[in-house]
Amino acid sequence: MGKYSALSLLRGAFNGQSHWQPAWRDPEPKASYDVVIIGGGGHGLATAYYLAKVHGITNVAVLEKGYIGGGNTGRNTTIVRSNYRQEPLSRFYEFSLKLWEGLSDDLNFNVMFSPRGALTLGHSDADMIRLAEKGDAMACQGIDAELLSRDQVMKLEPCLDFSRSARFPIEGAMIQRRGGTARHDAVAWGYARGADSRGVDIIQKCEVTGMVMDAGRVTGVETSRGRIMAGKVAICVAGHSGHVAAMAGLKLPIESQTLQAMVTEGVKPMVNTVVMSQSLHCYISQSDKGGIVFGGDPDNWPSYAQRGHAVTMELAVQQGLALIPALSRLRMLRCWAGVTDMSFDGSPVIGLTPRDGLYIDGGWCYGGFKATPGSGWLFADTLAHGRPHPIVAPFALDRFARGAPVDENGTGPFPNHR
Amino acid sequence: MKQIACPHCGNRAQAEFIYERTADSVVPLDAEPAVAVAALFTRANLRGMEEELWRHTHGCGMWLLIRRDRVSHDIEWIRPIGPEALP
Amino acid sequence: MSGVINFTFDGRALTAKPGQTLAAALLGNGIKLVGRSFKYHRPRGILSAGVEEPNALVTVGEGGRMEPNTRATDLFVYEGLVAISQNRWPSLRFDAGAVLQLVARALPAGFYYKTFFGPPRLWLFYEKFIRRAAGLGPAPTEVDPDRYATRAAFCDVLVVGSGPAGLIAARDAVRAGKKVMLVEQDAVIAPSLLCDPQTIEGKPGHTWADEIAAEVRSSGGRVLTRTSASGLWDDNFICLSEKLVEPGQVPEHGLTQRYWHVRAAEVVLATGAIERPLTFANNDLPGVMLSQAVRTYTNRFGVVPGKRVVIAATNDDAYRTAAALRQAGAEVVVLDSRTAPAGQDSGFEVHNRAAPLMANGGKQGVTGLIALIDGAERTFACDLIAMAGGFTPVVHLHMQAGGKLDWDAAAQAFVPGAAPHNVRTVGLAAQPQPAETLGASGNPKAAFVDFQNDVTVADLDLAWREGYRSAEHLKRYTTLGMATDQGKTSNMTALDRIARREGIAVPEAGLTTFRPPYTPVSMGALAGASMGEHALPMRRPALHAVHAARDPIWFDAGYWKRVRTYPQGSETLAQSGLREARAVRTSAGLCDVSTLAKFAVQGPDAVQFLERVCATTVGKLAVGRGRYTFMLREDGLVFDDGTVWRLEANRYLLTSSTGGASRMATWLSYVRSHLCADLKVSVVCVQEHYAAIAVAGPKSPGIMAALTGAEAPRHMSVVHTEIAGLPVLLLAASFSGERAFEVHFDASHAEAGWQAIETEVQAVGGAPYGIEAMELLRIEKGHLVVGPDIDGRLTAQELGMGKMLNTAGGYIGEACLQRPDLADPMRKQLVGVEAIDGGAIPEGAMLVREMATPAEGHVTGSGLRVIEGGSIALAHLRGGQGRHGEVLYAHSPTRKVTAKVRVRSPHFYDPAGERYRD
Repeated sequence: MGKYSALSLLRGAFNGQSHWQPAWRDPEPKASYDVVIIGGGGHGLATAYYLAKVHGITNVAVLEKGYIGGGNTGRNTTIVRSNYRQEPLSRFYEFSLKLWEGLSDDLNFNVMFSPRGALTLGHSDADMIRLAEKGDAMACQGIDAELLSRDQVMKLEPCLDFSRSARFPIEGAMIQRRGGTARHDAVAWGYARGADSRGVDIIQKCEVTGMVMDAGRVTGVETSRGRIMAGKVAICVAGHSGHVAAMAGLKLPIESQTLQAMVTEGVKPMVNTVVMSQSLHCYISQSDKGGIVFGGDPDNWPSYAQRGHAVTMELAVQQGLALIPALSRLRMLRCWAGVTDMSFDGSPVIGLTPRDGLYIDGGWCYGGFKATPGSGWLFADTLAHGRPHPIVAPFALDRFARGAPVDENGTGPFPNHR
Repeated sequence: MKQIACPHCGNRAQAEFIYERTADSVVPLDAEPAVAVAALFTRANLRGMEEELWRHTHGCGMWLLIRRDRVSHDIEWIRPIGPEALP
Repeated sequence: MSGVINFTFDGRALTAKPGQTLAAALLGNGIKLVGRSFKYHRPRGILSAGVEEPNALVTVGEGGRMEPNTRATDLFVYEGLVAISQNRWPSLRFDAGAVLQLVARALPAGFYYKTFFGPPRLWLFYEKFIRRAAGLGPAPTEVDPDRYATRAAFCDVLVVGSGPAGLIAARDAVRAGKKVMLVEQDAVIAPSLLCDPQTIEGKPGHTWADEIAAEVRSSGGRVLTRTSASGLWDDNFICLSEKLVEPGQVPEHGLTQRYWHVRAAEVVLATGAIERPLTFANNDLPGVMLSQAVRTYTNRFGVVPGKRVVIAATNDDAYRTAAALRQAGAEVVVLDSRTAPAGQDSGFEVHNRAAPLMANGGKQGVTGLIALIDGAERTFACDLIAMAGGFTPVVHLHMQAGGKLDWDAAAQAFVPGAAPHNVRTVGLAAQPQPAETLGASGNPKAAFVDFQNDVTVADLDLAWREGYRSAEHLKRYTTLGMATDQGKTSNMTALDRIARREGIAVPEAGLTTFRPPYTPVSMGALAGASMGEHALPMRRPALHAVHAARDPIWFDAGYWKRVRTYPQGSETLAQSGLREARAVRTSAGLCDVSTLAKFAVQGPDAVQFLERVCATTVGKLAVGRGRYTFMLREDGLVFDDGTVWRLEANRYLLTSSTGGASRMATWLSYVRSHLCADLKVSVVCVQEHYAAIAVAGPKSPGIMAALTGAEAPRHMSVVHTEIAGLPVLLLAASFSGERAFEVHFDASHAEAGWQAIETEVQAVGGAPYGIEAMELLRIEKGHLVVGPDIDGRLTAQELGMGKMLNTAGGYIGEACLQRPDLADPMRKQLVGVEAIDGGAIPEGAMLVREMATPAEGHVTGSGLRVIEGGSIALAHLRGGQGRHGEVLYAHSPTRKVTAKVRVRSPHFYDPAGERYRD
């Protein structure tokens, strides 16, 4: 693998950039592996990378039904932050954020992690108190959180509606300055390149169609390219976790729903941070290409269709325009949808399953992208040792039956009641 | 946006309806704890047909049992349920 | 149409003819250089004559009407139009960014993934420059002064596209008695007939088209021009965006666009096809245009874009352009890639087996074309190069409907295949003209595929070499097809390139998805009327006008507008809140509590229903009595609370929290319909039927007696009586800890009721109070609110209400309450805390043992002892019920405030409830 650097690009200027090699191989699947990871999204690839890098487990295959990074990895709004209220969540996402901070160098692939600040707006005194509570909870764990006054927000993000007659007047905000965005595709590609160079087989166009079971233990998978045996099988297919887990006879605390996002035509810099709101479910940032990227609520019913509901998309635009009225004359260029695993407390499911040899990483709701490095690292550790890493232990599959949900919103088991 | 044929109001935009839960996650009042936990916290989540409870919340308020494909969104049948639906 | 229209381009005053697009007008004024490309700042002109335009983007309009990235080919010039070129500094002709062309060789596709390493802060620094260089038009800063309308419509047949095929489909439908909507993105019906004039059914094309449009209208159908069908969703739900004025134009009545939600029984797509460019070196220079665009400018707009024209062609359509140019007096040479003579009018110079290699020229336009003819290079001097590379059908809406695509080998194009949902495609979109494809030729580094994003053939090859071979990878790695034109002119060229590299057929190379919208849609149009203060509904209680007259401090509680305090004189929020609370503690106050959720539950089985929903006993309640209650979710955790009153033997009133009202309404309906369908009970939400006024304070019983002429009901009793001649339901219930009443008027009597009560309250020295005082009072009393205290995460036991659980069981949530971890004594529990260092306890602060130790809980609500002073609060604390007396810190790092507190019971005020006794 040729190292990426400014110098090698310059070298390419004189050889027509002809020296670059494939970022990853295109191997045929072997008959068996120590670990088979189902799903070549960011999570599956990151898990493979850390299995190889941290644990020296390189006899690993990542099976991808389409092309790598083609699911939710490439469909999200690319936000990275760790500003959660519930301690298990903020601890997990902070672990992930710290990995983000060194990721481009670690992978020798610029994932463009841009810590330009995750700004959550408060529209009333009550909002500001809830934001302070979240910030205080974070700060008590050593995570950066800062409250901003209305004037400070005005200086930082002048495009917002600061008029007193605004439907959502801005009283202030909480900012996590280390939060920001990253380039989603680069994350999948960077992990793929890193894993491949350490010996991991990344096998695209290989769909898993069944589990090979032996006395209650999962020992391999059936695929569109034949049977592949495995010491351990890891499911990393958020959005489709229910479908794949069913192959092992499991029912999960997850319902699949469609979540949409959209982007406007590009303009010169306008939105400086990642803007979120305590009262509205709407998140806005500007991509490096200049498009204003929007996300909103999921369509509140189960769906495996990668297409959303026109009205949900319009609602997100309405909320965005309530915050940034000057967006009105920009044009929506494209809207798209992903299928998300909506779990029954809003938190992920990572760890062991009732089937020996079968592990799961899913239930990511809205939060999967920013989790990618953390989840990859911790899930790899969990796979390597056959027990949950302490940071992911609160996200065990059996927490619902035990009565230990990690409920960030306190809204209970129905995702559509959130 | 789908159209849903409300047995009372006729074809209406999906935005008027609210999805509640799958039919198999209704927890009967006298359910044993293990049954209640299973019904409440696990789902088949099929990539295909499922029976679901919906309500015409922004319309007549009637509860509906809908058999629907979760990939194509095609609706196979709709039945009114609950006391309001009794003849 | 006659006369001239005045407009400006980059400050230069110019004129246009009526009906011209900005692109036509610029060409008519001899302007070829219109913009600069995104990455290399290469000079660009006008490529097309339609919505597929990647190059000629301008900013139009002024102030709040400024619209960046407007396609000059899709903008009809209006008087006073101000257009400005983009992505150049200091000027279009001398663009400093063009220096990037010199280093372009070191900046191949995806170069940014391979450099700019170092800590995130360093990337943030580089990124600042990249972001400034990227983007296209300027960012808007002003508020849009105009409005957008949303409209719903239903039709039998929606026809998208008004070319001959669309018109015939519309006419057929009308004559079959169908209600038709015909939409056209152009300003005129059948714009293709202006490009290719012809006689249809014995009539001049345009007469024929206008007659059909008139027939659609007279049958009750609609014909909408300047309207784009932007998206097709489930069950033929189609969104249309209709321009009522051109971008940047001042609308006469304030309305700039109309956004349509259409439900169509059938959709006919007559969306035509988009011409493909050819890939040769410098194919992006100003003066290289699509062949049909050349014909459109010549025939429709009366502007001949060149005098000496070379047409590079792979199909017969090029000869129609040649004929049009010749008729307009231009010299024409056709370079046809095919071997067989085209069999067309051979009045032009035609060369077969010819392929373009490289255009010569610069920012002022092309000067010549080097072509390869039968293997030999030959240069043709010219001032315009037309590219006729075949046609790509517009299948976007077909794909959005879930349709499949078939490969049409003769046309070298994807055409619509099977489609669900009653969607069919007609005309050139279904049957494009036959054409060959011609691979790229000339220097691949200067042969552009995606013009706007500066993606070259060399970039595609690099991506392929690096393993980004699936269509989606290639697109994402190179940014091909991700510009404002979304790849309308580039996707097929790229697929062709991948197929040639892989040695496979184009259909095997894959296809990226066609996402809505077809052409970009104004965000304002999507938001419609839901802008500014109308972004979400605002709910005002029946007494809103009474409160507003006092100019109070407002409080937004969900959608509700409620009163926080009624300040007097120069009082601050805190001062007025405390004064109001003290009035309640010492005399009396009145408060609007109308927003509370209220349900009438009646029928012979009402009590059985309530004993399911409420986790407390209800059955023992005597007629005329009420009690506090709370409700569990099915997972066993408390999610709401309120009161339940037995009004008559089989008639109850259930109240619950304001914020949870709609959730509770759905929940009760769910329980009633699915869990208790056999019970004889009716549940009706009466939240807005009643306006409720709380009267609280030691003097409230006297006030009630004076108002009703009878002794006030004792605590937790309910009577029907009259106040000021108005029937009321009078509940004796207290949230404040004082003797108190809730007076429920019919909402239409609210104002009269308020006046009557306020007169009596003021007579005893009391005053109206708002939510601020209510909070102080209830926190001191240790009463909980849904949200901070009842946060959906704790059990009744943990909230200190375990003893109230119905010991007979049978309530919803009982089963899941048995889950083992819910019995963990170190889960959070409700406690009170009081400051012991004189400081204020910050609400939301963490409870810690020492500054650096982990949080063990947090403050849910903070207040004061209303009379004595001193900071007190309610909190959730791990194992808190066993920790009374412990000293902790309420620590708020974000506010840099810390208070030393002692844990205690949450009941600070009158724990024995003596003040409820008369």
